[in-house]
Amino acid sequence: MEPKVAVLMKGISKSFGGVVANKNVDLEIRHGEILSVLGENGSGKTTLMNMLSGIYYPDKGQIFIDGKEVNIPSPKAAFELGIGMIHQHFKLVDVFSAAENIALGCNEKGRYSIAKISEKIKNICDKYGFDIDPAQKVYNMSISQKQTLEIVKVLYRGSKVLILDEPTAVLTPQEAKRLFNVLVNMKHDGKAIVIITHKLQEVLSVSDRVSILRKGEYIGTVNTKDATELSLTEMMVGKRVELDIERPVPQDPVERLRVRNLTCVNPDGRKILNDVSFTAYGGEILGIAGISGCGQKELLESIAGLQTVEEGGHIEYYPKGGTEKEELIGKTPVQIRRLGVSLSFVPEDRLGMGLVGSMGMAENMMLKNYSDGTSFFTETKKPRELAEKIMKELEVVTPGVDTPVRRLSGGNVQKVLVGREIASSPTVLMTAYAVRGLDINTSYTIYRLLNEQKKKGVAVIYVGEDLDVLLALCDRILVLCAGRVSGILDGRTATKEEIGLLMTNTKSVLEEDVQE
Amino acid sequence: MGTLVIWINQALVFGSVIMLGAIGETISEKAGNMNLGTPGIMCVGAAFGMIGAHGYENSVESPNALLCIVIALSCAFLAAAIMGAIYSFFVVSLRVNQNVVGLVITIFGVGVAKFFTKLCIKTTTGNIRARFAAGVFGKKIPWLSDSLGIASDILFSYGFMFYVTIVVAVLVTLFLSKTRVGLNLRAVGENPPTADAAGINVSKYKYLATCIGAGITGCAGIYCVLDFKDGGWATADIADIESYGWLAVALVIFSMWKTVNLIWGSYLFGFFYWAYQYLPSMIGISISTDLAQTLPYIITIIVLIVISLSKRKENQGPASLGLTYFREDR
Repeated sequence: MEPKVAVLMKGISKSFGGVVANKNVDLEIRHGEILSVLGENGSGKTTLMNMLSGIYYPDKGQIFIDGKEVNIPSPKAAFELGIGMIHQHFKLVDVFSAAENIALGCNEKGRYSIAKISEKIKNICDKYGFDIDPAQKVYNMSISQKQTLEIVKVLYRGSKVLILDEPTAVLTPQEAKRLFNVLVNMKHDGKAIVIITHKLQEVLSVSDRVSILRKGEYIGTVNTKDATELSLTEMMVGKRVELDIERPVPQDPVERLRVRNLTCVNPDGRKILNDVSFTAYGGEILGIAGISGCGQKELLESIAGLQTVEEGGHIEYYPKGGTEKEELIGKTPVQIRRLGVSLSFVPEDRLGMGLVGSMGMAENMMLKNYSDGTSFFTETKKPRELAEKIMKELEVVTPGVDTPVRRLSGGNVQKVLVGREIASSPTVLMTAYAVRGLDINTSYTIYRLLNEQKKKGVAVIYVGEDLDVLLALCDRILVLCAGRVSGILDGRTATKEEIGLLMTNTKSVLEEDVQE
Repeated sequence: MGTLVIWINQALVFGSVIMLGAIGETISEKAGNMNLGTPGIMCVGAAFGMIGAHGYENSVESPNALLCIVIALSCAFLAAAIMGAIYSFFVVSLRVNQNVVGLVITIFGVGVAKFFTKLCIKTTTGNIRARFAAGVFGKKIPWLSDSLGIASDILFSYGFMFYVTIVVAVLVTLFLSKTRVGLNLRAVGENPPTADAAGINVSKYKYLATCIGAGITGCAGIYCVLDFKDGGWATADIADIESYGWLAVALVIFSMWKTVNLIWGSYLFGFFYWAYQYLPSMIGISISTDLAQTLPYIITIIVLIVISLSKRKENQGPASLGLTYFREDR
């Protein structure tokens, strides 16, 4: 039986300013099938799908839906054609309830009644196995709940084509598994499903076919059953990527940072860090693993002087060449920076912390050293040189160092952020989610840079999400679980299962709290 | 007692004027357009409403009350809505900073009001007064306004616009919370990319909300002239109306963007604003007029502090208020 084609895109091109996002792309989406759109960051996956959902309008090319050529000038038109997209950044109104968000822009016939809408939501949830409270306000929801709401929203409108943009980027493995189960349910219901992703395991485990984009160009489509991780990687990056991460043996590690009994309370009164103690050595990479929101961010921010911590904790720093230890608690972030402790935190929205979106690369470099020098005027030459160096070394795709960084794609923004921190030649370098959302090539560049720092004797603290990377890159791995250190493992001998167990060990942690 | 009743009467009529202004501004702000042109728009509404009302009653032998109301309000509404359209054109279509455009509209509006009233209303005596219209707007409800004693004095001694304003506030509240269009409108002000992705025409909503909002604000202007100021018109009145416009902007914040709160908040503003006239005779406290009239602003600042301290997102203004939206912005 011929597969039923839901959407056919032919010769699609789109560019922003001088940057080409899509060039002559063809794509075929079929009913009752899950299609993965695979590509590195900045390869134009999201842009392509945005044209299908009416957010962008293609410069060139044709789109056919169920065989008929269509024009999708707006998201509304896309809805009417049965196309629903679940964006990476959720399109939800925070102060609205789940039901109100679903009712939004949905021009059903009849009287507007939240009760009736809630009823219909319940039916959809029962059919596919979702769990949603229609009256819950979005700002009280977890990320996974918001994503579920997005999917229900699209289904509520009777969409036949569902596009999910990097759906698992923000989910825990369990949540991701649940999502895939739901996707398979929908597939059997005859829906056409597209997932935009750069995670190969996902592609192999859930999709039926894979279409690959590289630098905005369409490379090809393969059946998943004929594909392997290696073959897909080759299509994706165009050249074979070294899959092993280098891990030199630490050369005479010296104590750089000792954290003792660190406790941190969030505004709600919950202990976000609970009695954390560890030591970081120069010349090694200390990995920090944990489910997101277990205190990773607060730990790094405490060390950088950005968090208030409870009494009784100590953060001791042993400067290079000196014998005197320095207590970091009570110092300002600037003083801590001057001592050589550097933090690069890549937040979910990338621009939120560390970069000013409307400034160019050069000016963003200046943010960290504007107070240098004695002249009344700011020093502009060095930051510019640094920006140019980072642009070249990390292959940042930008029209120039003066282009506002918010115009760059997410991965490129991240390169700028991490590159700047490394350039300040710290003695303690902390990075959080340095490769979040980055493609394989850039990730390797970042790993290489971290290893270079390690060889120089820098104490590197690497907070990561991908356990495989942590196991391949780090000398020791500290596992955080609900604000506590649940274990410190040797990166060379530890197994994934061990870490996973420590990460999810919340039950015993909670029981301890009850006993206190 | 008598002084208190007069104070209440003045506070309520005055409050009603700025309430109507604030209703218009709230509709605009709910769509994410922080229209700081409100004072200017109120002046334009007052001026054109006056041109219409004055022109009508001086051009016919026996003016008709209903026609007078329709002419005054529709002139005010249309002229003000055009100002709203100008604002929207700059802010929505050209994506100019909202605060800049708003202030320009205020300055421009005051000028337009002065120019056109001088151009269109010719007088020999120097005094301009829309006698008939003032009578129509100030006409109290028969029976209710004089036979219920103190209740008549406090509740029923106002012109029809007083009650219309309350009805409008209630209707707008219901519109925003209970209708599909209201939901869409709030979404546009909270999160335009989301509204856009939901298939709502963000620009259309912003234009319409701002124009209709401006129109309502304009009606507040003519209401002010024909009732609160009893139909009299002098150039100095424009400065008064402009300052009432700022009060309306503050009132929107005070109400925490909930039109239902405007109903009591506006009267409270009225009390504070005119307190300086009555406090000396009632309890012997005398304070500077200028200082006393800052009271509504001071309580607005206190409300702002309370809003920012409370974590409840519902009490805050629309999340994208004051921001321009461009779909392909990255």
